[in-house]
Amino acid sequence: MSLPNPADEGITFDTFMEGVWRQNPVFVMVLGMCPVMAVTVSAINGISMGIATTFVLTCSCFLVSLLRKLVPKEVRIATYIVIIATFVTLVDYLIQAGSLALYEALGAFIQLIVVNCIILGRAEAHASRNPPLKAVVNALGMGLGFTIGLFALGGTREILGAGKLFGISLFGEHFQPWVVMVLPPGGFFVLGGWLLLFALFRGKAAEGGHTHGA
Amino acid sequence: MSEPVIHKTTPANKMVLTMGLVATICGVLIVGAFEGTQAPIAENKRIMVERAVFKVLPGAATVREYAATATGIQPLTGAMPEGGVKFYAAYDQAGVLKGIAAEGAAKGYSDTVRVLYGYDVQCQCIIGMGVVSMRETPGIGDKIITDQAFLKNFEALDVRVNTEMTALANAVKTVKHGTKTNPWQIDAIAGATITSKAVGRGINESAQKLLPKLVPHIAELKP
Amino acid sequence: MSIELRTSPHQVSDRSVPTIMKHVVLSLLPVCAFSVWQYGLSALALLLTITATCLLTERLLNRSAGQPSTLGDWSAAITGVLLALTLPPSFPLWMGVVAGFVAIAIGKALFGGLGFNVFNPALIGRAFVQAAFPVAITTWVPAFSAQRFTELVPTTLTAPLMMPPEIVDWVKQQAVDAFTGATPLARWKFENVVASTYDLLTGAVTASAGETSAILILVCGLYLAARKFMDWRIPVAVLASAALTAWLFQWYDPAHYPSPTFVLFSGGLMLGAVYMATDMATSPVTPLGVWIYGAVIGVVTVMIRYFGGLTEGVMYAILLGNALTPFIDLYTQPRVFGTRQQGKKK
Repeated sequence: MSLPNPADEGITFDTFMEGVWRQNPVFVMVLGMCPVMAVTVSAINGISMGIATTFVLTCSCFLVSLLRKLVPKEVRIATYIVIIATFVTLVDYLIQAGSLALYEALGAFIQLIVVNCIILGRAEAHASRNPPLKAVVNALGMGLGFTIGLFALGGTREILGAGKLFGISLFGEHFQPWVVMVLPPGGFFVLGGWLLLFALFRGKAAEGGHTHGA
Repeated sequence: MSEPVIHKTTPANKMVLTMGLVATICGVLIVGAFEGTQAPIAENKRIMVERAVFKVLPGAATVREYAATATGIQPLTGAMPEGGVKFYAAYDQAGVLKGIAAEGAAKGYSDTVRVLYGYDVQCQCIIGMGVVSMRETPGIGDKIITDQAFLKNFEALDVRVNTEMTALANAVKTVKHGTKTNPWQIDAIAGATITSKAVGRGINESAQKLLPKLVPHIAELKP
Repeated sequence: MSIELRTSPHQVSDRSVPTIMKHVVLSLLPVCAFSVWQYGLSALALLLTITATCLLTERLLNRSAGQPSTLGDWSAAITGVLLALTLPPSFPLWMGVVAGFVAIAIGKALFGGLGFNVFNPALIGRAFVQAAFPVAITTWVPAFSAQRFTELVPTTLTAPLMMPPEIVDWVKQQAVDAFTGATPLARWKFENVVASTYDLLTGAVTASAGETSAILILVCGLYLAARKFMDWRIPVAVLASAALTAWLFQWYDPAHYPSPTFVLFSGGLMLGAVYMATDMATSPVTPLGVWIYGAVIGVVTVMIRYFGGLTEGVMYAILLGNALTPFIDLYTQPRVFGTRQQGKKK
């Protein structure tokens, strides 16, 4: 990414909002689709995965930004991966200590946060060129955007696939679950639907004269 | 970095030093997290096993892990001995043996179905079955945990060991819906035959391995 | 005498897309009538609801895309009628609405409308509800029950989003002899009972509306083929390859595999071969390609029936054939006159 990124520009509201709206990882950049598809069968799974990713993203970006002047460019990717893998291992232990049921539900996708392109992408494109505080604010925004995306998918799939939201029944016990929604094809249907909606919103917002960011 | 630097390469020792520093920081973080979370993780795992065992052996209050090998049975501490089969012995409040629980697994419709079954020593039968993990089709395959008629199969499923103590007297077998005639057969759920069969196969394989080794030594479990 | 001057084409066929589509709809009417006679009010309600949903969805999507209405080409009506014929007569109406919407919105409009769709829209709708509501789509009711013209099957009017009620008791009240609740294919697969060809031909079996009238479908298909409204090669290729595959299996193990007649007249093979595989937008255009396409569908259908987890394979076989169509067309292009084939020396 060769975005103009003047390092001396201070922290603005857009530093945070970039990841939530203008460059939302799920709805705009369509990055990290592997966990997006696989774990979002319920709202709580989506949010947990989002929080875990946000934690890894924020901590990694902080450390990468802190060490940005020290790390030689030849070994930067190797360094970033070591840092990211460390925080993924931490999250792995923390989730196991918190709830084994959640750990089983998220399965291998916790470990796979390592290869989530959002994290390496942000470390390379943003954290390695900006001071720690700004990197953290930006990473938090990205993480929030990712979490919102996962929640939107997980919530929709849980409502249609089980008639529940956060495990609370919405339609009574006679609800007919749409089995397809908790199966992999449902992930694609729902993602397609949300991409469509988000594109419509952004189109409307742009027409209305609102401009986000620079 | 305002000017493009083309020929300047970083000396090797600086690279090694930086990587070493990063690795050290990361190592310290991981060790710290491991130390801090080890106890709660072990506790969580214990609670999970207990909950599963109590479900298939109602009335149990404590659980101990054992390994059955060709030579006998022993409490499981640390690694599993060669050729050993893991099982859980469950005791009630007064310390009386309530039953044995063990895990079986077989390939279902979309992934491995792992089940835990409870074995009653007196009647030499299975008195409860619970699913540990599965990814069967919701609404069809996952009926194995909700279908009351299917769960009735596991109220007294015959798993007697033959007199030579080499295998089960009758292999546990899943049969077509509505054709169960013997106490060692499992009546499949109509429309979910593949998953029902996986449950039967998982129990059979595990019981064939475990019970011939365990039954001759069962008295050792009684306090 | 006035002479009109214009560029080619000079001869224009009076066969337009709407004409062809209209004839397909007309030829489907006897099949619909038979299914209503067989299953009564519920089948009629399902047919009307799904067709109306398809037409409405098409109109709404036209409007939102700022296009002129494409209702006049009759294609949405075909999708609706075919979709309804592939579903069980007891299918809840609200699920029918979902199927109809998905068929038109995802199966057709998303690709750009008629002619651009890769898959048969009716089958997309059916595949979606099959994956979403696996229980409702395999719940069957007896044909020719006494009260079929006076009362609806209890599941028909299930409230939207709700689970259809259990109808085992209701079916028993209907007191139709030997009703098993399973289609001939399911009975063959799970119980090894082969239905008699006579029962299959007269529709005295349990199945979705469009599966029970093989002869009628064949006759309507002959009409369409005779008037050249569809490519006769496709149904012939599908049915012949299915029969041949079935015959090979039966020759190999007669005790285990049913006869080719059973394979041809059970399930949705007839409807699929005549009305769905022949969809012009989703089948190949070259004569050789058409034969390959039909053969693939026939063989895959039998393979799914014999070795798959499902009892019926026509739907997925046709969808697979649709997916292969662009490649078949690519590799069976005839040589353009006066040119050399690529890579071949004279």
